[in-house]
Amino acid sequence: MPDFHGAVASDVDDRGKGGTTIQHGTVRRLGDRVFQALSTWSGVAILIMLALVATFLVWQGMPALTTPADELPYGAFPQFVAPLLFGTIWTAVLALIMAVPVAVSVALFISYYAPRGLAASLGYVIDLLAAVPSVVYGLWGIGVLAPALQPSFVWLARHLGFIPLFAGPPSGTGRTILTVAVVLAVMILPIVTALSREVFLQTPRLHEEAALALGATRWEMITIAVLPFARPGIISASMLGLGRALGETMVVAMVLSPSAVISFALLTSQHPGTIAANIVLSFPESYGLGVNQLIATGLVLFVITLAVNMIARGIVDRHREFSGAN
Amino acid sequence: MSKRIDVTDLNVYYGDFKAVEDVSLTVEPRTVMAFIGPSGCGKSTMLRTLNRMHEVIPNAYVEGSVKLDGDDLYGPGVDPVRVRRQVGMVFQRPNPFPTMSVADNVLAGVKLNNKRISTSKSKELLENSLRAANLWHEVKDRLDRPASGLSGGQQQRLCIARALAVQPEVILMDEPCSALDPISTLAIEDLIGELKESYTVVIVTHNMQQAARVSDMTAFFNLSAQDKPGRLIEIGTTDKVFSNPDRKATEDYISGRFG
Ligand SMILES: Nc1ncnc2c1ncn2[C@@H]1O[C@H](COP(=O)(O)OP(=O)(O)O)[C@@H](O)[C@H]1O
Ligand SMILES: [Mg+2]
Repeated sequence: MPDFHGAVASDVDDRGKGGTTIQHGTVRRLGDRVFQALSTWSGVAILIMLALVATFLVWQGMPALTTPADELPYGAFPQFVAPLLFGTIWTAVLALIMAVPVAVSVALFISYYAPRGLAASLGYVIDLLAAVPSVVYGLWGIGVLAPALQPSFVWLARHLGFIPLFAGPPSGTGRTILTVAVVLAVMILPIVTALSREVFLQTPRLHEEAALALGATRWEMITIAVLPFARPGIISASMLGLGRALGETMVVAMVLSPSAVISFALLTSQHPGTIAANIVLSFPESYGLGVNQLIATGLVLFVITLAVNMIARGIVDRHREFSGAN
Repeated sequence: MSKRIDVTDLNVYYGDFKAVEDVSLTVEPRTVMAFIGPSGCGKSTMLRTLNRMHEVIPNAYVEGSVKLDGDDLYGPGVDPVRVRRQVGMVFQRPNPFPTMSVADNVLAGVKLNNKRISTSKSKELLENSLRAANLWHEVKDRLDRPASGLSGGQQQRLCIARALAVQPEVILMDEPCSALDPISTLAIEDLIGELKESYTVVIVTHNMQQAARVSDMTAFFNLSAQDKPGRLIEIGTTDKVFSNPDRKATEDYISGRFG
């Protein structure tokens, strides 16, 4: 992005120098001026909006942190937020672990293996998946997925129950952390797939041919020329997916009936909720300091989402030198 | 090392479009063959049939045969991947893998063939390949730096080193200097002179002087008309083709009257 900006700026300068006018320096066309003003102010507006949201969250959330615990409807804030924070991150990470390998494989299949007709229709189906509203996913989770998965939960708990992840007793309804994570994975699949596909489309033909000419098979070409090149893009795509999973409200609120526990167990009915789902579920019956407490959890969510994005940026930047961008 | 190439009655297609028609030619081992001709006459297409890179393009196919020391590259059951390990290729624009270091680029093809190559072996191969590409002295202190930091000419020689590291029999080059400055071009031309001591080299070039400087044999291709397939018009020793061509079209092209 900075490159783009630089290119625009130098373009403008060149025109100033090379133009027929005798005035030197900054002769600018109206179009350039309008565009620059528009883009500058859009940027500023986004920053102002972000600052306003942050200010609101801090201002409204503060009382929850400063008031003595016994006056707070949901009890001491750290104990209140901890299970929710854990549940938020745990479900999102599980979803990501399931979604990213599938998304990347599907994108690779569409880009490198599928016959042209199939590739087009698959791409179309993926885009459709992205258009399904989350309430529908929630209904699907409750009505279809949970009952369908329940028997396998019983099986897993019986045979792999010695692993803490699969410890029983398995939920009787199938509405578990794992079910929610599967639904979330399906929800973020389209965006991660679509973005990975874009990234693969940008892999230079030149490098693919270089690999093939060295005697690489199709798969070897993908591992030496495509995936390394696409890595930063896949990371960004995953982080976008993670962001969506972290903030997803409807599905979690519909599928889970949470308790205030911190537990990695995937199959039991004793599991934490998430921050976003907890806010919608608790908001209607909250008042006074309770509202402040909910807003403070919102602040926590805001901060981790921001952190996720910054970490993703960091990962992408760390590999810039080898990215081919220079 | 170094094998003879025999092309017989070759037709090359992109789907319905016949790009090259009825080509037969022979390239002797340890010689440099130059393909010249106006653009669009099928030089690159022809070159890419020699290592089966042509069929990477959807719907592209060939008729006829290409033999490497008598083995038909297009015979039944021949794996194009194996063909490409014997016939290396250098492209018009330098294309080192940008995500890899200089050293990893050189060894990229080797690691495909032989995943468990020992460290000392790979060090030796790395140095030999870079020396053979006249690049060792320039990069020996930056082997683990990104390849994209090298100059264009160095990148192109890196690509040559990468092709050499696989120890092919034949090296194909498609206008390897067209994106380079004159000094880098000279470096590559010198290198081609050295390469022919161990390899069969086929080079496409649009630069007459270059063809005259580096090649032993020259093949001139031409189109009879737009959208007609390219044909081999004349082939012979470079001296003969440049000083005393048999065909009028060759003479016109070489003396700069068209193309
Ligand atoms: N990928 C392709 N698909 C279809 N036609 C192609 C493709 N590449 C080249 N051609 C056609 O084949 C002919 C020969 O092209 P090319 O081999 O690139 O010529 P040259 O290298 O001599 O300039 C041209 O008519 C060109 O349009
Ligand atoms: Mg060409």
